Amino acid sequence: MSTASVPLPNWITYGLMPLLNLLMAFLISGLVVWSIGEDPVEALKLLIEGALGRGDAIGFTLFYTTSFIFTGLSVAVAFHAGLFNIGAEGQAYIGGLGAALVALSLDHYVPWYVTMPFAVIGAAIFGAAWAFIPAWLQARRGSHIVITTIMFNFIGAALMVYLLVNVFIVPGKMAPETRTFLPGGQLPKLDWLMAWFGLKLGPAPFNVSFLIALVMCFLVWLLIWRSKLGYEMRTLGISPSAAVYAGIPYSRTVIIAMLISGGLAGMMALNPVMGSSARLQVEFVGGAGFVGIAVSLMGRSHPVGIILAALLFGILYQGGADLSFEMPNITREMIVVIQGLVILFAGALEYMFRPAMVHLYQRLKRA
Amino acid sequence: MSGFRNKERRRRVSQHPAIELVGIDKSFGTVHANKNINLKVEKGTIHGIIGENGAGKSTLMSILYGFYQADGGEIRIDGKPLTIRDSQAAISAGIGMVHQHFMLVENFTVLENIMLGAEGGQLLAKGVSGARKELKRLETDYGLDVDPDAIIEDLPVGKQQRVEILKALYRSADILILDEPTGVLTPAEADHLFKVLKVLRDQGKTVILITHKLREIMAITDEVSVMRRGEMVATRKTAETTVEELAELMVGRRVLLRVEKGEAKPGKVLMSVKNLTVKDSRGVTMVDDVSFEVREGEIVGIAGVAGNGQSELLEALAGIRKPASGEILLDGKPIAGADPARLRALGLAHIPEDRHHMGLVLKFEEYENAVLGYHRDPRYGRGALLDLKAIRAEAAEKIEKYDIRPPNPRLKTANFSGGNQQKIVVAREIERDPKALIIGQPTRGVDIGAIEFIHRRIVEMRDAGKAILLVSVELDEIRSLSDRILVMFAGKVVGEKTAEAGEQTLGLMMAGIAA
Repeated sequence: MSTASVPLPNWITYGLMPLLNLLMAFLISGLVVWSIGEDPVEALKLLIEGALGRGDAIGFTLFYTTSFIFTGLSVAVAFHAGLFNIGAEGQAYIGGLGAALVALSLDHYVPWYVTMPFAVIGAAIFGAAWAFIPAWLQARRGSHIVITTIMFNFIGAALMVYLLVNVFIVPGKMAPETRTFLPGGQLPKLDWLMAWFGLKLGPAPFNVSFLIALVMCFLVWLLIWRSKLGYEMRTLGISPSAAVYAGIPYSRTVIIAMLISGGLAGMMALNPVMGSSARLQVEFVGGAGFVGIAVSLMGRSHPVGIILAALLFGILYQGGADLSFEMPNITREMIVVIQGLVILFAGALEYMFRPAMVHLYQRLKRA
Repeated sequence: MSGFRNKERRRRVSQHPAIELVGIDKSFGTVHANKNINLKVEKGTIHGIIGENGAGKSTLMSILYGFYQADGGEIRIDGKPLTIRDSQAAISAGIGMVHQHFMLVENFTVLENIMLGAEGGQLLAKGVSGARKELKRLETDYGLDVDPDAIIEDLPVGKQQRVEILKALYRSADILILDEPTGVLTPAEADHLFKVLKVLRDQGKTVILITHKLREIMAITDEVSVMRRGEMVATRKTAETTVEELAELMVGRRVLLRVEKGEAKPGKVLMSVKNLTVKDSRGVTMVDDVSFEVREGEIVGIAGVAGNGQSELLEALAGIRKPASGEILLDGKPIAGADPARLRALGLAHIPEDRHHMGLVLKFEEYENAVLGYHRDPRYGRGALLDLKAIRAEAAEKIEKYDIRPPNPRLKTANFSGGNQQKIVVAREIERDPKALIIGQPTRGVDIGAIEFIHRRIVEMRDAGKAILLVSVELDEIRSLSDRILVMFAGKVVGEKTAEAGEQTLGLMMAGIAA
């Protein structure tokens, strides 16, 4: 309380403090690694190499990053309107259905760049539709959005398994998945972009949806800080009573914010479905929706912060996978522990160092 | 306690001042909030600190209470230099604070609130019985009676404040700081508070009273210090000064303490309310079958003790609360149940009672609040996007015209003082040139200089032929601004008087005794 209102320069709030938090997370993670009898320095080296050491490693890292940007933006947009959308996971899953339907119906006839805009719209509409019901329930019936979106994750997962097993499955095949899309339904890899930096992408599925994600970052920035709708969302998010006073319609704003949020989550599906596996599979989201919550939290719900946080989680995902391969003692679960520590320090304990920083800053300024 | 012991105690402790501040200095970035402040508060006195909002009173008290650390200078309590690192340290130094906005847990009992943070061990039972005894003693010593088992939210504001005072006394505070204590009280409650403060003083406690109401300073303080723009400009014995001198010291120039206005020239009826009934969220009737009219070019004041339906009436007129029944006409058009956006478009501006929760989004930058409610207007951007350049330019203009300080549209609204925040709201609503204006508590928590300014703007609006409805719990304000006064009691309009009606008459009507 005593230091909360003391202003700090932005480079401390947005630069130094997140770095300190991250350092703290890695320190504790190092202790954990050390306690199971492995060398933490070696582990860190393997993790960084595994994520950034080679062209294909970077490619995988950016592939994960792409997914996290979409879901991070999704959570952030809802958050600005005061809504905690836990349902990005399910919205992305259903978004995959939209993308796949477009790809399946167009890939025979047109090249990928014609399919792409329709797929973006399809994924967004399906994701938004899945967010609409919880949004409507929140706006008109007061059902809490956290509860309903969690429930809709389960409903979505069950629905998708049903559809894949009973409707989309290729006759005679065992795997519950659609047929493989033709090139007209795939998003090409970004070999050329990597080549600019003298890197080889190799087998990594880093694809065009990364660029779509960057465009979305810009559009979300435009929406939140430059548009009338964004102004209304922020007013509602910060002060619902001021929103009433200003004549900002609660239901409409809640529903629109959730539709945009769901749409962004749905677009995440473009990356794995059309950019990587070229088919719709069960469980393709793989937790990216939940990582999006951490990414948004860490990125302070700002697109630039979200890109950086998504990159960090991309590194942890890719590097972590590599690390558990190289150091068998460090299991997949261990990696989750490390990711959890990062979320804890960077997200939940974001202001832990603030009082100390304030004292230090004031002392330095006085000197 | 006998008078004799009392006197002796005072003599014993009076060698050192209770509080001595020497050269206190504090800056926030480029804002120099406290400049080399020196202050001596003698023991067993009531010491007033006045100054306009933003003069640095609150910063100074926050330093004293450990919320902020001074950049330089020394605090001496009872003659001993002391570093007050946090409120815990302040409490153990015997300083208690009663904040303007109470720091109470609403759904706890009085006793639980008083014990909070001083429970005395892991198990509550022992602490509870001890606290109950102590509370009883404080009650009898200071005449602060309050039911220890009452839930805070069921208590009237005056009693809640008493709980805050008890909380400080329970922590054996010798020095009590009260920040704008009468802002939320009825005249009767304020009188009672003053009695309590006098008892506290006579018992040897030291009281620091921060206020902008000169009348209160004159009524109960022994000494008064005046702050202006971060500096302590004067300290006077209250008996040796006048209201006029203090006002001039505060503002730095002569101020008009009365509103100067000519005769009203009422035109046609612009707003009319017919048989309006409004219920609150629990279904309790708050406004009961109320009818009245407001004409162009007149100010109709609604007097009443807070909580008699004025707030709900305002909210219904502003479209924030749907009326249960009845009719509201604005310039002949029925507007009951219309939403605030439509009402603004029809030319009805609204200065809400509570700028923190309604009139402003405190986390927004100033310019963002300068368009709140009007942000859909094409002049702030034609399409879906906001024209930030236009908005900031207009905000800068209003800042200049309304002398909003600091003059920075990019500053977070929370960092403006109360008076300047209110000016942001007033500027936004008045500059739209509405047909009708409904105003709630226009000068709550606002300093003299700004009050004078806001009052003048309201009268100017009247003279420009606008219909104005004014709700205020400050009877002085209602009497000096209004052309006609309606008195509300228990949801009904119990009578109408002219501005010449005496305070006595209106006070009785407000209490529901006479009509």
